[in-house]
Amino acid sequence: MENIKISQNEVNHVAHLARLEFGEQEKEKFTSQLNDILRYMDKLSEVDTAGVEPMTHAIAQKNAFRMDEVVGSLPPELALANAPESRGGCFQVPKVIE
Amino acid sequence: MEFEPVIGLEIHAQLLTDTKIFCGCSAKFGAAPNTHTCPVCLGMPGVLPVLNRKVLEFMIKMALATNCAVNRECNFARKNYFYPDLPKGYQISQYALPPAEHGWVDVEFDGKQKRIGITRIHMEEDAGKLMHDEHNPASYVDLNRTGVPLIEIVSEPDIRSAEEAAAYLRRLHEILVYLEICDGNMEEGSFRCDANISLRPRGTEPFGTRAELKNMNSFRNVQRALEYEIKRQQYVLEGGGQVVQETRLWDDTAGVTHSMRGKEEAHDYRYFPDPDLVPIVIDDAWIEEVRKAQPELPLEKRERFMREYQIPAYDAGVLTTSRALADYYEEVVRLCGEPKIAANWVMGDILRFLNEEKRDIRECPIAPASLAGMIRLIQEGTISGKMAKEVSEAMYKSGKTPQAIIEEKGLVQITDEGALTKTISEIIGKNPTQVEQYRAGKDKVFGFFVGQAMKATQGKANPQMINDLLKKMLAG
Amino acid sequence: MELYELTIHELQDKLRTGETSSAEITASVFGRIDAVEKDIHAYITLMRETALAEATRADEAIRKGEIGALTGIPIALKDICCTKDVRTTCGSRILHNFIPPYDATVVEKLRAAGAVLTGKTNMDEFAMGSSTESSFFGATRNPWDLTRIPGGSSGGSSAAVAAGECIASLGSDTGGSIRQPAALCGVVGLKPTYGRVSRFGLIAFASSLDQIGPFTKDVEDCAILMNVIAGYDPRESTSVPEDVPDYRQFLRRGIEGWTVGIPKEYFIDGIDPEVEAAVRETIRVVEKAGAKCIEVSLPHTEYCLAVYYIVAPAEACSNLARYDGVKYGFRSEEGRDLMEMYKKSRAAGFGAEVKRRIMIGTYALSSGYYDAYYKKASQVRALIKRDFDEAFAKCDVILTPTTPTPAFRIGEKTGDPMQMYLSDIFTISTNLAGIPGISVPCGFTAAGLPIGVQFLAGHFQEGRLIQFASAYEKEAHLEKRRPRCHGI
Repeated sequence: MENIKISQNEVNHVAHLARLEFGEQEKEKFTSQLNDILRYMDKLSEVDTAGVEPMTHAIAQKNAFRMDEVVGSLPPELALANAPESRGGCFQVPKVIE
Repeated sequence: MEFEPVIGLEIHAQLLTDTKIFCGCSAKFGAAPNTHTCPVCLGMPGVLPVLNRKVLEFMIKMALATNCAVNRECNFARKNYFYPDLPKGYQISQYALPPAEHGWVDVEFDGKQKRIGITRIHMEEDAGKLMHDEHNPASYVDLNRTGVPLIEIVSEPDIRSAEEAAAYLRRLHEILVYLEICDGNMEEGSFRCDANISLRPRGTEPFGTRAELKNMNSFRNVQRALEYEIKRQQYVLEGGGQVVQETRLWDDTAGVTHSMRGKEEAHDYRYFPDPDLVPIVIDDAWIEEVRKAQPELPLEKRERFMREYQIPAYDAGVLTTSRALADYYEEVVRLCGEPKIAANWVMGDILRFLNEEKRDIRECPIAPASLAGMIRLIQEGTISGKMAKEVSEAMYKSGKTPQAIIEEKGLVQITDEGALTKTISEIIGKNPTQVEQYRAGKDKVFGFFVGQAMKATQGKANPQMINDLLKKMLAG
Repeated sequence: MELYELTIHELQDKLRTGETSSAEITASVFGRIDAVEKDIHAYITLMRETALAEATRADEAIRKGEIGALTGIPIALKDICCTKDVRTTCGSRILHNFIPPYDATVVEKLRAAGAVLTGKTNMDEFAMGSSTESSFFGATRNPWDLTRIPGGSSGGSSAAVAAGECIASLGSDTGGSIRQPAALCGVVGLKPTYGRVSRFGLIAFASSLDQIGPFTKDVEDCAILMNVIAGYDPRESTSVPEDVPDYRQFLRRGIEGWTVGIPKEYFIDGIDPEVEAAVRETIRVVEKAGAKCIEVSLPHTEYCLAVYYIVAPAEACSNLARYDGVKYGFRSEEGRDLMEMYKKSRAAGFGAEVKRRIMIGTYALSSGYYDAYYKKASQVRALIKRDFDEAFAKCDVILTPTTPTPAFRIGEKTGDPMQMYLSDIFTISTNLAGIPGISVPCGFTAAGLPIGVQFLAGHFQEGRLIQFASAYEKEAHLEKRRPRCHGI
C-alpha cells in the first residue's frame, strides 16, 4: 500500500485554513505533489534529536526594545492609498456576518 | 441534584502606554479612523515588530501585584487566523511560556473573603475595529486599534457564583487602575471580560462541559450573563441533556445568551514562535526595580487607613476608590491631624460637590491644604461647623483659601464673652415676657433666645458660648 | 569598453577625475537596457526618469566634492525591496499594483550613499524558486544563453549585472537565491550573516532565513556595497548590533597559511562533471595562493533540504497571510462574501509554487503535525548549525560548489518541484545556520555557461570571505568574457 501522507480531504482542510481554493484537476496534482514532498520529509525521523532545543534564531539575541515615544503615523490617505475598496476613511470588505 | 457552577474569567486590559506594542503609533482612543496607523501596524509587506519596553514593565507590575511567579524568559508566538480586523493574518501573542503564572487575588463578597487563582498573564496586540453597514452588504475596518498593547489575565476556574465573578472583576479592575496601567473603561473597551462556565454536581471533582461567554460589556452584564447561563445549563442538565461546548454571546436587551454554533468553527491557530521577535529575558534586578516602584495596592491601603486613622471599613472603602482620592485624603490628614473629621468632610461635602459636576478629585478646586486649614479653624473655634459649610462651598466655587474667604465674608466666629454678654443682655432686656415664661418653666422658649442671639450676631456667635451664657444669664 | 561594462570602483576613479559623469554612466546603462532588455527581461519596473534626475543631482554633488560611497552609480533592486512611491510587486499578481509609502532600510542607505536607482528587478514569486520562472511578469533569461534560466529567486538582479543593465544590484537570499543565480550568471553574489543587513522593508518569505545581499562584477564592488548596506537597524528586532568593519580593507590581503575545509558531503554523485572539475581547479588555485585544504564533515547535510522545506514554508504561510485583498494588492471581483473574497483573491493572486509552499507550511504547523514537522525540523536545524560550529573550529573558510549543475533550460524543471528544490542543496545549509556565504565565478563549461564556487565562513566573518574571495579572484586570473545577450 502506497505511503499516503496527505489525503484529498486533508488537502481540502489545509486549503481552507490557508484560505486557498483549487479546481479539481489542480487539487489532484497538488495532492500528489504534496505527498511526494511530505514523503521526502520522512528522512528527518532518522535523526536523533533527543535533548536538542529547537532553534528558531540562528543568532542568539534577546531584549530588542524600543522606547514608548510617539513617532508620527501615516496620513490616513496614505494608509488607504492601496486599498482595493475604501469608504469613509475605512477599508471596505464584503459584509462580515458575526 | 444540586449543581455547582465552575467559572473562569479571561480579562483583556488595554495598557495605558503612549504608543502601540510593536510600533510608534499613538495608542490613544478615539481618533478618526486610520489616523493612528503606520506600515507596521497596517501589516504592509516588509514591516517588522519591535517591542515597546513599557509594555513589558506594565506586565511585570501586574504580575507582582497579583502575586504571580515571573518567568525569567519568555517569547512571542504567532496566532494565525484570517479576519478583516487582523491585518497580518496573525496576532502576535504569547503561548507556550507566559511571562507570569500561578498568581492569586483575594476578593470580598457577601461579607466573605476568598482567594481566586490566576493561571497566567501574557502580552499581546489588539486587533482593529470592524463596523457593519446597516443597509449595504459591506463592513468597514478601522485599524487604529491594531497593535494597542493588551495583557490577557486568565483566572483559574475557582469562581463559584456570578457574584464572586463580579467581585473578582472589581478587584482586578481596581488593581489595574491603581497601578495606572489601564483606565479600566469597559464601555470603551479598554477592559474586557469573557467567561468560561460549566456546571457539575456539587461535591464532585470532574469538570462539566463548558460554554464560553462573550459580549458582556459591563460588570452588571457579566453578572447577569453568568446568572442566566447558570440557570440555562442547569435546565439542560436537569432535563437529562448535555451542555454543548460552544461560544455564546450575551444579548443585553433580551437578557439571554445566544449560541454562535454554526457560525463558528474550531480554530486551529497553528501557534509557532514568532521569528521576527527575539526572546525576552527578565533579570532579578529589573523585577526588584519594579517592585520598589510599585504603589500601595487598594487592599493594603484600606487596611492601613483603618489601622492608622481609626476609620471604619466603609469609610476606608470610599476614600480608597481611587488613588488620587486616597492621596488627597491623606494629605488633608497630614496637614490638619484630624483623620475622622477629614474623612467626614471628604466623603461628604467634597465628593458631593464633585459628583454634582461629574468632576474627578484631581480637578477639585479645594486644595488639600485649604480643607485642612478649614478643619483647623473649626477646631480652634474661629468658625463654627455651620459657618464652615458656607466656607467650604465658597472655597469650591472660588478656589480661595479659607482665610481669604472668612476675611472677605467677615465670617469670624464671635467668641468674645464680653461682647456676647452685652448682646444677650440687650435681648433679655427687650423680651421680658419670654424671660418670665422661661423662668416659669417653659423650656421651649430657650430656642427663641438662641434664635434672637444668632440673629443679632448674624449667625456668627459661637453656639456653645451662646448656650452657656443664655443659661447663666436667664437663670436670673 | 563601454561605461556599463565597468565596475563600481573603476567608475568611481573616472568620476573623481572628471573623466566621466553620472549622467553619462546612467545613459550608458539605460542604453544597454534599451538594447537587451527585450531579450533578457531582467526588470519588472524601470525607474528611468527618477534615475536621470538622481544622476544629475549626483553630478552636482561630485562637482561640489561631496562624494558618497555610491554617488552616481546605477544600482538595481530586486522587486522584493520596498521602494517609496515605486511599485513593488515581489514578482506576484497579488502585489501587482502595490505602491509602498516607505523605503526599505537598505534603499534608504543606498539613497543616502548617492546611488542612482535604475529599477526593480524580476524574481521568482515571493522569492520562492530557483529559476525566476515563477514570476507573474514572465521569466528572465540567462544573458549567457537565452534559452536558459538565470537562476532564482533573484534571477533579474543577477542577469542585470551580468548583462550590463546595471553596475551592481541587490537581491535576497533565503535558501541560495543570491548565490545560485550569481553562479549561473557568472557574477559575484554574497549572502550576509543573518542579522547583518536590515530586513526592514524586505518583503518577508522566511523570516529566520531571509537576508539582503549584493550582486557585483567583482569582489571589490561587493565590499563597497556591503559597506553601505550592512549595519544595525533598530526597526528590526533580529538586527544584530555588531560593528561594520570597512570591508575594503580585506581586499588583496592574501590567504597564506589559511585552512580551507572541503566538506565531503558536498562532493556527491549528481554534480555535473564540468562543475566538479571547475571546483576542484579552485582548490588547486587556493592552494597555490598559500592555503591548505583539509577534508571536513558536515554530517547532517543530507537533511538540510527536508529541514528547509518545512521551516521556510511554515514561516512563509504565516508571512503571506496578510495578502488577503483587504488592505492592498489584488482583490478578486468574484467574491460574494468575505470567505469567497479571501479564497478567490488568494487563489488567483498567488502562483502554483507559492500555493504549494503555503500548503506545506500550513500542514506542518497544523494541529497534530507541529511536533513531527516544525518542531523536529527546528531541532535538526540546531544540529546543522552545530556541524558548522565544529567545522569552523578546524578551518577558516569552507569551500563548496555553489550549484550542482550549470544553468538548466527554461521549462526543464518546472514539472517536478522536488527536482527544482534539489538545485539548492549546496546553498540551503548556509541560511539554516545563519552564516555568510559568497559565490564567485570560477570558470565556464565547454558550452560557455558560467560556473560558481562558494565560500562559507562563521558568523560576521564577511571580511574573511572577502579576503579569501579576492585572493582567489587574483590568483585565478579568470578570462573576462562578455555574455551574448542577443538572439536564441
